[in-house]
Amino acid sequence: MDKTINITLKVWRQAGPKAKGHFETYKLNNISTDSSFLEMLDVLNEQLISEKKEPVVFDHDCREGICGMCSLYINGHPHGPDSAVTTCQLHMRRFHDGETITVEPWRSNAFPVIKDLMVDRRAYDKIIQAGGFVSVNTGGVPDANAIPIPKKNADEAMDNASCIGCGACAAACKNGSAMLFVAAKVSQLALLPQGRVEAANRVKAMLGKMDELGFGNCTNTGACAAECPKSVPLSAIARLNREFICAKFKD
Amino acid sequence: MWLINSSVGRKFVMSITGACLVLFLLFHGTMNLVAIISEDGYNMICEFLGANWYALVGTAGLAFLACLHILYALILNVQNYRARGTARYAVSDRSNGVEWSSMNMLVLGFIILAGIVLHLCNFWAKMQLVEIMGEEPASGVELIKYTFSQWYYALLYIVWLFSLWFHLTHGVWSSMQTLGWSNNIWLPRIKCISNIVATLVVLMFAAVVVYFFIAGNCCGAAACAA
Repeated sequence: MDKTINITLKVWRQAGPKAKGHFETYKLNNISTDSSFLEMLDVLNEQLISEKKEPVVFDHDCREGICGMCSLYINGHPHGPDSAVTTCQLHMRRFHDGETITVEPWRSNAFPVIKDLMVDRRAYDKIIQAGGFVSVNTGGVPDANAIPIPKKNADEAMDNASCIGCGACAAACKNGSAMLFVAAKVSQLALLPQGRVEAANRVKAMLGKMDELGFGNCTNTGACAAECPKSVPLSAIARLNREFICAKFKD
Repeated sequence: MWLINSSVGRKFVMSITGACLVLFLLFHGTMNLVAIISEDGYNMICEFLGANWYALVGTAGLAFLACLHILYALILNVQNYRARGTARYAVSDRSNGVEWSSMNMLVLGFIILAGIVLHLCNFWAKMQLVEIMGEEPASGVELIKYTFSQWYYALLYIVWLFSLWFHLTHGVWSSMQTLGWSNNIWLPRIKCISNIVATLVVLMFAAVVVYFFIAGNCCGAAACAA
């Protein structure tokens, strides 16, 4: 038989972007430790609906850790106390019986709350639109071996490409900086010959957009990389700095 | 101007000014050590620097770097505070591997600034400043002996150096990271370098404080007894 626990949830409730928010406390009994955090929230919402109360709004989509939709600041950590997992991959076995779990939305100037635990993360999309792509004229599919790429670079580009754009880095940062996200997106392309062509313009455009959207200045505390569900390394930020400073000196 | 308008530009200024200040500290610390080895030698250095044009240019440059470092620190902190948004987390827990010093650079900076003010009053005002004003400067070694023989000055300087150590353990590697001199292999290495540099700088300064405190109190008493 499954092990079950009883928990107390302190959830941030906010009716809308302009409304004043507050914490609401809910008690949940017999939560299976094998259920995921989001499944536990589903149980909470079922309970609220049966009580004719408004369910808690939270973002979620794939529930397998690849889409970057789920967020949630759980007990002082983005994506909860586990390392290298998203909230949807966090399981209730990480919590003990009788524990009070505090659930908050991402809090950052550039991520305004839409409702309850859902925040507006379109700022990240705008940064991508500013240059997080390779412009190519689509034609025939090129031969896979036509452009040789060192294994080391390919691996590192892949590590950076694992960023799902969930916003945990900016949410964890005491400076509200999106540097790890921008660094991952700049790095994954700067490391490959296809992305190298536009590297200088890309880094200037993406960083410019990040600053314009009101994200903070990086002070290398490293909370972003520590909390990143995809373990994007802090060295990506060094590459971003390098790319940007070199691009500026060339101008 | 990208050094003002972009976040990386602003951090670039912070790291360059910070790195220059660390180089100055290494120079200053080495100079201080001479006071332990040879008192005459130290007084010669004081004379050599004094109010000569190169020392004045150096001092002006140093003051400019320090002011720029402080000004940018304040600007960055205000901007970062705003970027954090108005609502704060009810529960926050320090993430693994995040240094305490990296979260408290501003506070440490203020303590260091207060220490600099004290230091300027204690030494600079009586040595270079009076010389600039055209008067005879105090003897460097005598001033050191006098200041550090008093326990409260020695204690204040040690507290100051302690904050400096925390500030530098983060500051040195952070400046290299900001300049882009880091990757997966070098990140642990620059963190190690940072600790070594910070310890070296602080030990050099602390050695002088401790040496002259002991010399001024214990040995002085022994000399009197004899």
